Amino acid sequence: MDIIVDGITKTYGLQHAVDNLSFTVKTGEILGFLGPNGAGKTTTMKAITGYLVPNTGDIQVGGISVTRNPAEVKKHIGYLPEHNPLYYDMPIIDYLGFVAGLHGVDKKKIESRVSEMIRVCGLKSEKHKKIRELSKGYKQRVGLAQALIHDPEVLILDEPTTGLDPNQIVEIRELIKNIGKEKTVILSSHILAEVEATCDRILIIHNGKIVAHGTAEELRRQAHGDELLLIGLGNTERNEAFLALKALPTVSLVDFSDENSSTFKIQSQPGQTSAKHIFNLCVEKGWYITRLTPVETKLEDIFREVTKN
Amino acid sequence: MMQIWLITQRELQSFFDSLIAYIMIVVFLVISGMFTWLYGSDVFFVNQASLQSFFAIAFWTLFFFIPALTMKQIAEERRSGTIEMLLTKPVSEWQVLWGKFLATLTLIGIALLLTLPYYFTVWSLGPIDHGAVWAGYLGLLLMSSAYISIGLFASSMTNNQIVAFLLALFIGIFFHLLFGFISANISGLAATVLNYLSLSTHYDSITRGVIDTKDILYFLSIIFMGIISAEAILVKRSVN
Repeated sequence: MDIIVDGITKTYGLQHAVDNLSFTVKTGEILGFLGPNGAGKTTTMKAITGYLVPNTGDIQVGGISVTRNPAEVKKHIGYLPEHNPLYYDMPIIDYLGFVAGLHGVDKKKIESRVSEMIRVCGLKSEKHKKIRELSKGYKQRVGLAQALIHDPEVLILDEPTTGLDPNQIVEIRELIKNIGKEKTVILSSHILAEVEATCDRILIIHNGKIVAHGTAEELRRQAHGDELLLIGLGNTERNEAFLALKALPTVSLVDFSDENSSTFKIQSQPGQTSAKHIFNLCVEKGWYITRLTPVETKLEDIFREVTKN
Repeated sequence: MMQIWLITQRELQSFFDSLIAYIMIVVFLVISGMFTWLYGSDVFFVNQASLQSFFAIAFWTLFFFIPALTMKQIAEERRSGTIEMLLTKPVSEWQVLWGKFLATLTLIGIALLLTLPYYFTVWSLGPIDHGAVWAGYLGLLLMSSAYISIGLFASSMTNNQIVAFLLALFIGIFFHLLFGFISANISGLAATVLNYLSLSTHYDSITRGVIDTKDILYFLSIIFMGIISAEAILVKRSVN
């Protein structure tokens, strides 16, 4: 089921939590939702699940409008809300059974679904405990299990890995990845590495607007469209090398990388590469290259760049 | 329908798991039993087998007990955020409210059922007006339903249980006492209106054994008004 978010705006008083936001997620795709706190991630997710009604715009899940027919849409969505609210006074098995019943899972199938979810989410050893007695990681698993209990086609996960230890994070990521092969998944996170590892596409929002959008690769390219090289030279004098490099036709910017050694940061002209020219220059002058590395922009840098005010 | 029943079951389970149900039932039985047998118009002196004193005391104990039962029902879900979990399932606000309403009413029903031995013992003492007794029970159930509905409304206004409790009592005291009290002290149209609004007027007329559609309609209106207002508040999703 595709999710089409079409120009939604949600205001709280005068503040625009979400401002004319549009995007699409296709079946079999995992979309990572990034943004600083208060960017509008949670509001958008609540709108998709039908919990909040946007002031304007519409959302379609599998061709059904959330604003016009929320009851129908809710059947196909599995949702893990932020802070993972659960009925702490219930045992895990009862709770999952209750949620399955609400979703209209066939009475005869409830038991087998519940035990399958307990297996998939690794809750076997804890299954008779009350939710109150569980550690944070296990509570998070229960939250995930209740979102998956009716085998939904769309999965909305608001920060699914908070409070988990590194092993659990890896397990949950694998789980989400597997589920994401056939289903439509949106997940939000603060952890950039996680989004990069799990998601097919990344959407960065800031102040309720999309500021960057694409695969991790595409984002890197967008953020640093121009090639950036780190180069170290031997058998040369710093300033001479600096001027010679600057004179190359494909180079737009040269910068010393540190105080003393002959290491430079070289930015190329848009769409061009300078490696060949640098090499030729070195051959001509009799310098040798101690290092030549393309500088990868980290997702953190992109994130910081697009979300600064 | 299925959804309402599931929510009712869960709420009942939570009443019994948290001991609230047992405490409520025991305290209710002790207080009403004490007043029926020991105080008030003592059954052994009035020379007539009647449950009047029981109904008079239950009228007040339930008035205080019901807000204590309903106060957490929505407020706690709002505080912990589980209301979001619930309403993003294929469940409507309407179903959630009725589910909780029925759970509380069932608990009150169980408490009232356990007072039937009072009825049978009084009956064994002498002739009793059976019609009046059953009408009295019906009156208590209708009154409880009205206060549950008001309690749910109060609980949906806030995410603080104590505020919900006090608010329910505050709204309730108008219907329970003040409307009747004021109408007795003034005259004219206002007095008629307030007298009609007073819950005790309708409760008294039912417990006298006269079951009038007008009274039934009065209780049903309060029940629906409460639930509809609570629904309107839940739909708004205000954060506080």
